[in-house]
Amino acid sequence: MGVAVLLKQVPDTTAKISVSGGRVDESSIAKWSISPYDEYALENAIKMSESGFGDVVAITCGPARASKCLTEAAAVGADRLIHVVAESTLDSIQVQALLSAAVKSAQCEVVMCGKQAADTNSGSTGPGLASILDFSFVGAVTEVSMEGGGFAATRLGPSGLEQIEVGSPCVFTFDKADTELRRPNVRGIMMAKKKPIENLSANDLEVETSNSRVSVESHSSPPEKPPGQKFVGVESIAEVVSKLREEANVI
Amino acid sequence: MKTSVISESSNGSLHPVTAQLVGAASSLGSSITVVCPGGIGSTEAAQISGVSKVISVEGECFETYDCIAWSETLAPLVEGDLILSSSSAVGRELISSLAAIKGIPVVQDVTRLADGFSVSRSIFSGKAIEEVNISAPCAISLRANSFEASRGGGDAEIASVNVSQDVSVAVKQALAKASERIDVSEADIIISGGRGMGEPSNFSYLNEVADVLGAAVGASRAAVDTWEEIPHSMQVGQTGKTVTPNLYIAVGISGAIQHLAGMRSSKYILAINKDPGAPIFGVADYGIVATWEEALPVLKEHLSEMVSN
Repeated sequence: MGVAVLLKQVPDTTAKISVSGGRVDESSIAKWSISPYDEYALENAIKMSESGFGDVVAITCGPARASKCLTEAAAVGADRLIHVVAESTLDSIQVQALLSAAVKSAQCEVVMCGKQAADTNSGSTGPGLASILDFSFVGAVTEVSMEGGGFAATRLGPSGLEQIEVGSPCVFTFDKADTELRRPNVRGIMMAKKKPIENLSANDLEVETSNSRVSVESHSSPPEKPPGQKFVGVESIAEVVSKLREEANVI
Repeated sequence: MKTSVISESSNGSLHPVTAQLVGAASSLGSSITVVCPGGIGSTEAAQISGVSKVISVEGECFETYDCIAWSETLAPLVEGDLILSSSSAVGRELISSLAAIKGIPVVQDVTRLADGFSVSRSIFSGKAIEEVNISAPCAISLRANSFEASRGGGDAEIASVNVSQDVSVAVKQALAKASERIDVSEADIIISGGRGMGEPSNFSYLNEVADVLGAAVGASRAAVDTWEEIPHSMQVGQTGKTVTPNLYIAVGISGAIQHLAGMRSSKYILAINKDPGAPIFGVADYGIVATWEEALPVLKEHLSEMVSN
């Protein structure tokens, strides 16, 4: 028994993104981090493990640099680290095939990850994995705890904030919450450096990854805006409001 | 070519984004079937021009939102070269699960769709734009207000189907109702407040201006993180929502890189801030250097006058 936490490494949200030759220039990204929503999944997984649920297995799928987020997860309490080594040109079918194979190999009954990752903001992985693994699924949760043989969770559903119950096995995707995220201490950081990372390739997991059905043609920067008009003081508001109608035609 | 559109509903009726999904599919010259989960809005969907068939899927499982039960019920009824949904939270979950069941790729929150399929989407919450080619059959979710809506006047056949799958999610208690106010991700006009608003209760001044314009009320990450009264669902920017309204009004928001990424593609931006050096003025079409206390009552008065004319 155990909980798999899926962590995606993304450019830190404070990082500037520059484009050169029609591609995002990865070498210019100053800092890579665990995607913010995934951090809430990790925190909840560690709490469940502390209350007796079993091991926390941190899993990432990505290039060599992504192993850093596993070490960061170990520093706050992840027990096992699995790196599915793959380049970032995979389509959703391939990513989900790799991750579901990794979850199965780790024999986890619960999967937790962010509701979307801060790079593409897609949110395809959680529900897709649930369908492939034949698990239940609850999205946009802020808290999950054990309840009977299953789980109690708080989710933001289409009708509002709800307390729900669901059985095991289940995939949960996390929304941002008021939860305080634990920070690693020195001992945690030292121990994490020694923690072994299990590297798994697509071959190891018996997943075919040669033909991606989604290909990126190009990247570009958002169009630059011409400088705007600046006014000082509330006396200018009448003029600005009339410009919103006459010039911009938006009210 | 055949497209299945998963309809979007809100408060028991068809959400207007559904007509935009139909509009996007029509522009590709596709034959279009609209599939209505829970049968909600099927009569309205049949009246959208360009729709050839509506499947009203009625079943017990649609009484509670359970993504897996819903997608398994819908999957046998959804077919074609292209499956479209809205990129709302439910739309994204359903289409991800449907794509996984069918073994086809999914690309989310697309803002341009052309033959092939060639699509555009913003990445890093608007810090860059990505052009992607996807081979059919595939599933794509579209961002609200990025596509021309198909008009009314249609008269499609409605097929009612009563099917259901087991629900594994049980709602024990409703803790808070979904906000009645329009969501930032689908509003034409947004007025957002930052930590410069001083107190969460001062967002009532933003609500008043929003009421005049029929606008949504948003917030910066700093405001959401500082005050628990300001829910995360209001957050604009990275780790919140990326928005592209016609008019974005930023009040007491200095303009952190994460916030600018999420709102800089708005058609017009009006910034009100007491600090003339605030970075928000760098992306604003109209900037007013003033405190919100002074500015908002005057803004409300002039907007009311303008709107009533």
